[in-house]
Parts: sequence; C-alpha cells; structure tokens
Amino acid sequence: MEKRVTFNERTLPYVLVAPQIIVTLVFFFWPSGQMVWQSVLLEDAFGGNSRFVWFDNFVHLFEDSAYFASVRLTLVFSALVASLGLAVSLLLAVMADRVIRGAGAYKTFLVWPYAVAPAVAGVLWGFLFNPSVGIVAWLLYAIGIDFNYVSNGNQAFLLVVFAAVWSQVSYNFLFFLAGLQSIPRSLIEAAAIDGAGPGRRFWDIVFPLLSPTGFFLLVINIIYAFFQTFGIVGSLTQGGPGQATNILVWKVYNDGFRGQDLGGSAAQSVILMAVVVLLTFVQFRFIERRVHY
Amino acid sequence: MVENRPVVTFLSHFVLIVGLIIVAFPVWMTFVASTHDQATMLRSPVPLLPGPYLLDNYRQVLFEGFGRGFSDTPTWLTLMNSLIMALGVAVGKIAISIISAFAIVYFRFPFRMIFFWAIFVTLMLPVEVRIVPTYGVVARLGMLDSYSGLIIPVIASATATFLFRQFFLSVPDELTEAARVDGASPMRFFRDILLPMSRTSIAALFVIQFIYGWNQYLWPLLITTKESFYTVVMAVSRQATAVDATPSWNLLMAMAMLAMLPPVLVVVFMQRQFVRGLVETEK
Repeated sequence: MEKRVTFNERTLPYVLVAPQIIVTLVFFFWPSGQMVWQSVLLEDAFGGNSRFVWFDNFVHLFEDSAYFASVRLTLVFSALVASLGLAVSLLLAVMADRVIRGAGAYKTFLVWPYAVAPAVAGVLWGFLFNPSVGIVAWLLYAIGIDFNYVSNGNQAFLLVVFAAVWSQVSYNFLFFLAGLQSIPRSLIEAAAIDGAGPGRRFWDIVFPLLSPTGFFLLVINIIYAFFQTFGIVGSLTQGGPGQATNILVWKVYNDGFRGQDLGGSAAQSVILMAVVVLLTFVQFRFIERRVHY
Repeated sequence: MVENRPVVTFLSHFVLIVGLIIVAFPVWMTFVASTHDQATMLRSPVPLLPGPYLLDNYRQVLFEGFGRGFSDTPTWLTLMNSLIMALGVAVGKIAISIISAFAIVYFRFPFRMIFFWAIFVTLMLPVEVRIVPTYGVVARLGMLDSYSGLIIPVIASATATFLFRQFFLSVPDELTEAARVDGASPMRFFRDILLPMSRTSIAALFVIQFIYGWNQYLWPLLITTKESFYTVVMAVSRQATAVDATPSWNLLMAMAMLAMLPPVLVVVFMQRQFVRGLVETEK
C-alpha cells in the first residue's frame, strides 16, 4: 500500500530515517555480520589468532552429541510450554468470555503476570520449590514426593516449564479473549436455538473460528519458548543440573561467554537465526491468510 | 451467554478462581516472605500469612542492600537504573521509529525500500541470539557500563516502525492535501497533524516498551560490571543464584517485589493502552 499524496523533499527523508538506520546498522547488521563471519573462523583460546576453517564449526556441532541433546531438549521444552500454555489460557479465556459478573476483574487479575520479568518469575518459582524453604516442595514432601530441582534434572526441567507457562499465560489469555469476543453472537445464538449445548457450540463453532488466533499464538509461543525463556533459565537453573535445562539459547550464551568458544557459539547462533527466519516466514504467511479468512 | 445454565456458570467462576489463585500464588508467597525476618523464613514450613517486618525489610533493601559485604548496592539505585533504561528504551524506540515511519510513508526517495527492508529484517534476530557479537561491538565502541550502552542497542527493532507505518497509511490523504494547499512544510504537518493523531498509538507503544525495557535481563547482565549500573531485575536474579550461600530470603523477596511493582502497576492502571499495544505490535 502506498500514499497517493507525498511531499517533495530531497534531504529531509534521509535525515528522518538516519537515526533508526544508524542504530540498525551499528547494533544489528555489524554484529550479525560478525556472527556469520565468526561461525566460519577458529579462534585460539588466547584470542588474537584466528583462521578460516570453512564449515568446521558446523561440522563439529553436528558431530557433538551434547548439541543434539540440547536440540532435543529445546524441542520437548517448546512443545510442552506451547501446548500447556495454550490449553490453560484457552480454558481461562473461554470461561472469562462466559461469565457476565466480574469479567473485568478476572481480566485484570489474569493479565498482570505479563509485566513480571521472566528472570523474576524464575526467582519466584525457585522460591516456591526451593528444597529447603519452598512451601510447595514442603507440601510435596508431605505427600511423599521428594522434589529437589537443584539435584534432579527432570524436576528442574519441569519447574522451568511451569515458570515459562506462568509467564506466558496472560499474553495468550488476552489474545484468546479478544478472539472469542470477535465471534458474532448471532452464530452462537442460532446454534443454541437449533438445540446445540455449550460443548457442541464450542467444538463446532467457537473452536474453528478461533483457530487463526490459536495458530498465531502457537508460533508466538514457540518463539517465546525458544528465546525469551532465557531469563527463567538464568535465574532458576543456569542450564543445570548437568545439562537438564541447557536449552539452545542458554547454550549459545554459555558456550560463547563462559566457554569462550566463539566459533561454536556463533555457529549455533546462525542455526538459531535460521529457525527464527523460518518461524517469521510461517507467521507472515499465516497473517496473509488471516486477512482473507 | 445465550442461555441460563447455573451449573455451567458456577463451573466457569470456579475454574477462573482456581486459575487466579494459581497465577497469584507465587506473588502472594513472595509478598509474605518479604514481611518476615530471616529466622522465620528458614523454619519449614514457611508462613502463609504476612508478618510484622515489612517496613524493616523494605527499608534495608532499598537503602542498604543485602549487607554482609555480599552486595551493598542499595535497591533504590538499581530501581533508578531500571527506570532510566525503561524510559530510555520506550522514548528512544518511539522517537526513532515515528520519524522513520513518517519518512517511509510520506516521501518518495531513492533507496526507500532498501531502508524499509533493512529495518524489517531486525525482526529476524532476537537480541538473545546475537548477544555475543553485539557485546563485542558495544565493547569496541567503549559503551560498556554506561546508560547509552544499556539503551541504544536494545532500541533497534522494527515493531514500532511497522505500527506507525500502518497507522500513517490509514490517515486520509485529504489531510495531507489540505496541509500542502495551506503551505505547511512536511515537519509542520508532522508536528501539528500526525503527532496529535498518533497519541493513542504512542501511549499503547509506550506501555509495551516500558515493560520490555524494564524487564531486560540478559543485556544488562552482560554489559554492566559496575554495581552502580545494575538494573533491578538482574540484581534480583544475581542474588537468587547465590541465596543458598547467604539465605536472606526475606530480603531477596522484598527486592523481587520492588522489581515487579512498577511494570505491574503500569499494566494495571494503563490496561486499555496495554491491551491495545499488545494486540497492535503483533500485527
């Protein structure tokens, strides 16, 4: 889409785009270019010397079983976060859409977790499940479950999933609620007159009409689980115990900053970049479809 | 609702209330922990109701930090840094994107589409992914441990530019024509017509970007080494990973409450702008 009426100026438009273009060039293109360049270099441990190694970093990565473990972990993680997060928030949104009394209050109380930083959410959940002082850990112990996320890898993983879902529920809830409220009442009333109960109406009318929102949220949630859960991992488990919560985005940071393996870390970033490009592409394709829906 | 089914209505309320309790529980426990003294918080099980040490704990973290030589940074300082960063990110992002969107929509000039795509591709690479090389660039520019280093690298993003572009495209051409007939310069048109019309979009974006800036974690963690530049979110996280060594849960949780409070208040009191911003920036 283009404007029919425009202004004629020679230099002004360049002045206006300059700040954003400069910031983008310096803090986006320069580092991204370096990242791609670094992914084909091998730097020795003391810095300074580096040599061009073609795709050795990628080959190393693909031969590394730890990397595949992290890939598998991230896939399971994002599948769990996305499915749990979507299911819980859809349930809450459908219920909030039904009730008349108190709908506004429910909404207010369900949206604010969005404002809690993932890193802080990690701290809160770590406190609840802390093996020595956590109240939930204490309750679990009382019913015979020894929950210790500091030493048990599976439990640590589960806890990160919970915290991640908790952080994302309000976002999903808002979009589902908006989607539900845009469904024409007349359709639902017509179905009710024809004798369809609430369950039938949900599966035959609401659910199909909500599927574009659901699909959009699915992509957003996968992106969220892949990248924005960094803060949760950072303040809850730091990738451990062992490799139990070492998801890809944490591994990039950990290998690059703590392990000083710049080439390997850059190669991982390039692969992650491919994932984002793919997901963004899927999302844009979908939005185009939604327009024609 | 189309028909009256008391059982289903009851069930809806029940599910919502259970949901609310689960959502609020971690924050409630955090608040409770921030109102007890250290000894109480180390006895298992921890209390479920608030205690009498609220003022003491908050005063200590706000003005003295954790003490015991562990971290003496007072939390008011980290809150201040977070505020500067959040405002800087929100204002900076809005400022640079509204003028670049104005240029891209209202002018025809060579390389216009190249600029547009250059901005567009920043969507492709979240800051978490390009963190290592970005750190290198910022270090080379000597921007470590500075507010400009905290703010400027984070404001390179396309979402705000898109939002304004979308909005400007919906502004009727008649307004532009009228302004031109009256002899208004482009900047006059921008200031007197476009800017006032964009008020609601700006407010919505501001809320979203303020929260985004406040909640940054990885970036401040990397580029600040001096405690005087720590932001509150990273300070909480740093303390949390060391809390088993010096178990001041009451102080840590008071700090966590302070870290959550400003963005939560923004969301609660500016809910309409918040919802609008959330929905619009994702289009």
